[in-house]
Amino acid sequence: MSQVSDQRPGQSAKPQSISFRRNLDRYFVVFCIATASVSVAILVVLLTAIFVQGLPNLSWRFLTSPPSPDTTEAGIYPAVFGTIWVCSACAIFTLPIGVGTAILLEEFSPTSRASRVLHGFVQLNITNLAGVPSVVYGIIGLTAFVGMFGLFGSSSDPMFELGVRYYDQFLSEGDRALLVPVSRGSSPETVVQEGLTALLGDHRFEVNVIGESDPLPESSSLRAVTLRSDAEPGRISRKSWYYLQLPFGRGVFAGALTLMLVVLPIVVVSTQEALRGVSNSLREAALGLGATRWQVVWNVTLPAATPGIMTGAILATCRAIGEAAPVLILAGIVYIASAPGHLMDDYSVMPLQIYNWAQRPQKEFHALAASGIIILLAILLSFNAVAVFVRHRLQKSRS
Amino acid sequence: MMATNTATFESAERVPAPLVNRRLRPRLARRIREGSIKMILIMCGAFSIGTTVTIIAVLSIETVRFFQMDEVNIVEFFTTSQWNPLLGAEKHFGVWSLISGTMLVTAVAMVLALPLGLTTAVYLSEYAPLRLRAVLKPTLEVLAGIPTVVYGFFALTAITPALKMLHEGFNVYNALSAGIAVGILCLPTVSSLAEDALQAVPRSLREAAYALGATKFDVSVKVVLPAALSGIVSAFLLATARAIGETMIVALAAGSMPRLTVDVREEIQTMTGFMVQMALGDVSNFGSEYSSMYAVAATLFVMTFSLTVIGGQVRRRFREAYA
Repeated sequence: MSQVSDQRPGQSAKPQSISFRRNLDRYFVVFCIATASVSVAILVVLLTAIFVQGLPNLSWRFLTSPPSPDTTEAGIYPAVFGTIWVCSACAIFTLPIGVGTAILLEEFSPTSRASRVLHGFVQLNITNLAGVPSVVYGIIGLTAFVGMFGLFGSSSDPMFELGVRYYDQFLSEGDRALLVPVSRGSSPETVVQEGLTALLGDHRFEVNVIGESDPLPESSSLRAVTLRSDAEPGRISRKSWYYLQLPFGRGVFAGALTLMLVVLPIVVVSTQEALRGVSNSLREAALGLGATRWQVVWNVTLPAATPGIMTGAILATCRAIGEAAPVLILAGIVYIASAPGHLMDDYSVMPLQIYNWAQRPQKEFHALAASGIIILLAILLSFNAVAVFVRHRLQKSRS
Repeated sequence: MMATNTATFESAERVPAPLVNRRLRPRLARRIREGSIKMILIMCGAFSIGTTVTIIAVLSIETVRFFQMDEVNIVEFFTTSQWNPLLGAEKHFGVWSLISGTMLVTAVAMVLALPLGLTTAVYLSEYAPLRLRAVLKPTLEVLAGIPTVVYGFFALTAITPALKMLHEGFNVYNALSAGIAVGILCLPTVSSLAEDALQAVPRSLREAAYALGATKFDVSVKVVLPAALSGIVSAFLLATARAIGETMIVALAAGSMPRLTVDVREEIQTMTGFMVQMALGDVSNFGSEYSSMYAVAATLFVMTFSLTVIGGQVRRRFREAYA
């Protein structure tokens, strides 16, 4: 306020002529338009640069094959599915917590002094969390989710596991794979001895043990379950789709939780705005009919705010899809050839795969990165289109 | 005619349905339900507080552990500028070479983003006709929505070659290219926050100035801009925080050579770039070089967090002025 009132005409040395000021105004508009069109120009140049490099590579094969050192064969399939897994899991965790926080802040106005302090603190906290760089969240995720503060042992030898079976695999003299179940991934290797039983296919057989230099049995069915006493096993594991371990390790689950920290403030703020947009008369009408606070929220405010909440959720998902830094810190760059099979599985996401290609010096990999970017931008753009559609469609039907 | 009648009938039926169908619950059950729902909501709110606490706790514990190591010296960390945790016979941890890299990229970014963003905001808020606005706003939104790794790729494959064409001395990885890309990234942030600040200036101020014979330029630059100053300063601070924390662009385009320099043609390393390098490298999880990642993260967190808090404070004061 004070800056404005200080600028009295008497203070300036000489009043400028009206024609000078009019010209200044005209030039300023031209200057403004020039500046503003810079952003349009940047967008055009950026998209052109990417499409020129990326379009030649783009094909159905690129979408359906795994990355490979051979640039003519490489594709982005595992990364696309990694993104789908991580971002769906992230959305499932984020939405309830984010919407819950927003409801607490907007709908349950503080009644006591303690709750007023809590509200103010949570609000301030959300604002500040939005400004934390995502790479810091990556480091926090590395400590809190991947390693779980070291409370449950290391992620290579997890303390708690569910939905996994470990086997020692022997190659029998009849060239068949014999599986000996073991209790843990870190148990000692099975020693071949009399009375050992093993799985061949679905059936359990007793292993026929022979000495290091004994002759092989004649019958091929017996040879299939014959092991020499010095045979060495390899440890394999079979994990079901619900495989769970503590600590989480570098898998999909830790990635999703970390991305949740990144996008949670966005969901909270957009939900708050959506709730604020609901007219107060609706709430008061419901309260006047004897509804409780929660009944008002559940039956009146939330349905009315759904378009706004969904728009915010979609935009937050877009952010999660494009976020590379935390995932890079968590998962690192490892070669992933297939889509994740369970929540603890190793994964790659599209921005990470793009980074992997872009950081290489060869031009061919840059072209692959550009193709990946086109796919990524196409996904983000379609999400945005859905958000715009939801906002328009649902708002119309409610008014 | 028939159809409309049915529609009104249905909607009339739909409104009182909850009252007809639901049994009235006893008061105690209702109070328990309300109370437990409120507890769940409070737990949701506590989650975000827990996040902050975890961030601060993890960073400070690991940083303290780092400073307790033999080859690390807290004075050396904060006062010197030699940073070579991986190469060389003797490890040196002088964070200033990383901070200077971050500062260099941020400075370039802000030199680009602040004037461009502010002018765009003034144009959008004061001048732009509806048709141009309909082009500019979505453009800025799209620019804001593009993932940072895409900007990094753009910096590496388009900006750097262009710079090299203009001047021979540019390294493949250089601070200017990364800075320009970060500036493009921050442009929408600056323009949208600054536009909000400009829009919040009451109409009466503008009209008063027009009544005194001001031109549109006078109104925008001499009345509205000063009145929105604190909001604009807050926008600048938040954009700076964003630029400091930016990771993928500098990891791709700025290089990995920590050094104290103001030469934008050189390869440098930022704090975020170092963290990425650490996370990617085959470094054991326990050495001082790995722990240094937490110390750098803590430094970065303190810098961005204080910028965010100051930015929020500035904006809050501004809000009070015209409430």
